[in-house]
Formats: sequence, C-alpha cells, structure tokens
Amino acid sequence: MNKAPSFSEKTKLAELIADNPKLLQVLPRFGIGLGFGDHNVAEVCKANNVSVKLFLLVCSVCFDADNLPHQADFDSIDMDGLLPYLLASHRYYLDERFPHIEEHLQHIIIAGGPKYGNMLSHFYNEYKQEVKKHFKYEEEEVFPYIEALRRGDCGKGYRIEQFRHNHSNIEDTLEDMNSILIKYLPGDILPKERIEIAMDIMELSADLVSHSLIEEHVLIPYVESLENALP
Amino acid sequence: MTNRIIICEPSEIVANGLSETINGMAGFAVVQRVDTPDRLSEKILAVDANILIVNPILLGFSERNLPSQLIKEYPHLTVIAMVTTYMEEQVLKQYNGIIELNDSKLKIINKLNQIIQTDDKTEKNDDVELSKREIDVLVAVAKGMMNKEIADRMNISIHTVISHRKNITRKTGIKSVSGLTVYALLNNLIDETEVYK
Repeated sequence: MNKAPSFSEKTKLAELIADNPKLLQVLPRFGIGLGFGDHNVAEVCKANNVSVKLFLLVCSVCFDADNLPHQADFDSIDMDGLLPYLLASHRYYLDERFPHIEEHLQHIIIAGGPKYGNMLSHFYNEYKQEVKKHFKYEEEEVFPYIEALRRGDCGKGYRIEQFRHNHSNIEDTLEDMNSILIKYLPGDILPKERIEIAMDIMELSADLVSHSLIEEHVLIPYVESLENALP
Repeated sequence: MTNRIIICEPSEIVANGLSETINGMAGFAVVQRVDTPDRLSEKILAVDANILIVNPILLGFSERNLPSQLIKEYPHLTVIAMVTTYMEEQVLKQYNGIIELNDSKLKIINKLNQIIQTDDKTEKNDDVELSKREIDVLVAVAKGMMNKEIADRMNISIHTVISHRKNITRKTGIKSVSGLTVYALLNNLIDETEVYK
C-alpha cells in the first residue's frame, strides 16, 4: 500500500508549491498560469481544464520518488493530459533549459582555450545529439503509437515493452558534465559562471529524473493496460 | 557493512575450519574459497572481497610479493596470513595480520576485528586513486573500445572488465563513456588525437 500523500485536491496550490518548489516548473506544462490566488488544487485544475487526479499523480511522482504509484491507482484517471504534459516537458528542456546551459557553456569553452574548450565542446555536442535522439524517438515513434492506441488502433507490431526496454538514461551524462565542471576543470576557468551553471544542471538533472519516472511508472503501465484491453 | 572474505588455503581441514569459524561471526562472511593463488587478483575483484586470508606456503618464490602487490592494487583490501607452519618473519611482514593454526575461536574473532579496525580500510573504499589496471581499462573505454574488445586485449574476462568499470565509476563519479573520455584527457592519460578523429 502506498502511504497517503501529504496533499490532496483540497490543498491550496500555493501551499503545495511552498512545500515543493519543483511544482513551479510543472504548472506551465499543464497549461496552468500563475496568479491563481488562494484557490486549492481542485479549483485551479478545473479552471484550467486539467484532470485533478492526473495532476496529483504527476505531483506525487515528482515529490516522492520512493513512493511510486501502483497500476491500480490510475485505472480511473483521465489520462488525456498525459502526453501533452510530457511533450510540453520536452519542449521546456529542448527550447529553454538546454539552450540556457549551452549559452553559458560556450563562455566556458572559449575561456578554456584549445586544451579544455575542445574536449568540453565535443562532450556537449555529443550529448546534445543523444538528447535530441532520445526525445525524437519518443515523439516520432512512441507517442504516435500511444495516440493511435487511444483511438482504438492497435498498431502494427510495436509494443510499449520495446520502449521500456530501450528507454535510455540521459541524466547520467548530464551529471558527468557537472563532475567535469565542478571537479575536473582547472579552478581558474570562469568559476562563478561554472557554479551557476552547475546549479542549473543539478536542477535540470533532477527534473529529468522525475520525467523518466513519470514515463516509466505512469506512461508505460498505462499503455500496457490499453494494450491488455485490446481484443 | 559485512566484510567479504576470500580464503586461499590448500588444506581442506583448515579451510573448512576457518570458514566455519568466520561464518559464525557477526560482520564477516566467507564469499569464496580457493586452493591456489592462480588469478587471485581477478577473483578478489569478481567477488568484491575486502579481506583475503591466504596461506603463505601457497606462494612460491616468484609470488612472494603477491600480498603487497594486491594491497597496492586494491587499496581497500586487507591481506591476512593463515600460518600453518613456520614462516620467516620477513615473509609475514607484508601481511596486515596473521592467524595461526592453534588460535582459539575467541582469538581469531579478536584478531579479525582488530585488524579491520586498525586498518580502517572501509574508509579507504572511497579512495579516488585509480589502480594501474583501472587506468588501462579507462584508456581503452575512452578510445571507444567495447568490453569484449578490452577483455580480449587485456587477457581478462568480460566480467572483470565490468568490475573495473564499476570501480572506475565509483572512484571518479563519472558514468558515461564521453565523460570518462574527458576525464582521461584531463588527466593526460590519452591524447586528443586518439579520440576525436
């Protein structure tokens, strides 16, 4: 049994955010804007046309990775918003977070000169390709398959099991980038900027971990239940 | 943390008795028994042992420095001599401790606990210093070689390569191949021309 979460649909959204600041990044992905006053979660979700249960499920995975949902927990949840949520997360990473990190990294690459700059730039470019490939696979193969499945189209041969099997981990390399920035580059290369960027990377890395958890512990079991219901 | 012990002892009676005694102690477990020192280094790595109890009579002249070599190779390893016959003091000096045939159970327990405490090798488990073999594996990984290739090249098993890689990651905190490549470059273990073509 999961322990009861410390929040519910009756919790004021502002209080939930005060306890879990990460939620601030989750809101825009659900299309929830700021300025929600003292309304509770249920009220804010309703006003923004978001499934309250799905919202709470995503919150519980993001806040408490040790307490993941059981399949039975989300049979009764309206999942319409899940794929748009995941896509919005991808856009946030690709269009906002990575370019932000890259911009600062460029300064460090230049300051590092040929010796350190080259390897850093190689490292980052390789990683960028890996990340793009990771999201591209999900957006062009996996998500369309799920959309089709939701429409009752059973797809040709593809099964979500393949996704579970191939789901690569993109946060390890990001953490390695931080080790390089923090531990291994000589201390005199733009230390202030490195500290700032390292903080951003840690935040992004934690966000990516939550994102994978949602894909692996919500999306995949959900799709499996759709597959099992096929005639 | 349970101390993982590998026993290298030719006598079935002694090995059995030693295992029996140790397995009855809290915090210690015999994870493997071997009767020759062949490929001992690999076996220690494979079972992730932190204590080796070896009978010095097994080590011939060419292997007489094996204990100190192993301690150097695995900084977290404690090597204890199981002494069943007279041994030169010079030989026993390189061991972290000795157990003798006529030691009582209590004495063995006390000795093991004492050796572990004075050595406090568990601390050194976080050692960042890579061993020679680990550096060889790291360089091969950075050059883009696969585990199988590395195993063939270094004449070790794939399992051993994987163990080395785990230790490299534990010591450096770096998991990805591209991260390890940068680490190798930064530490001048390889040249840029060898990786970025």
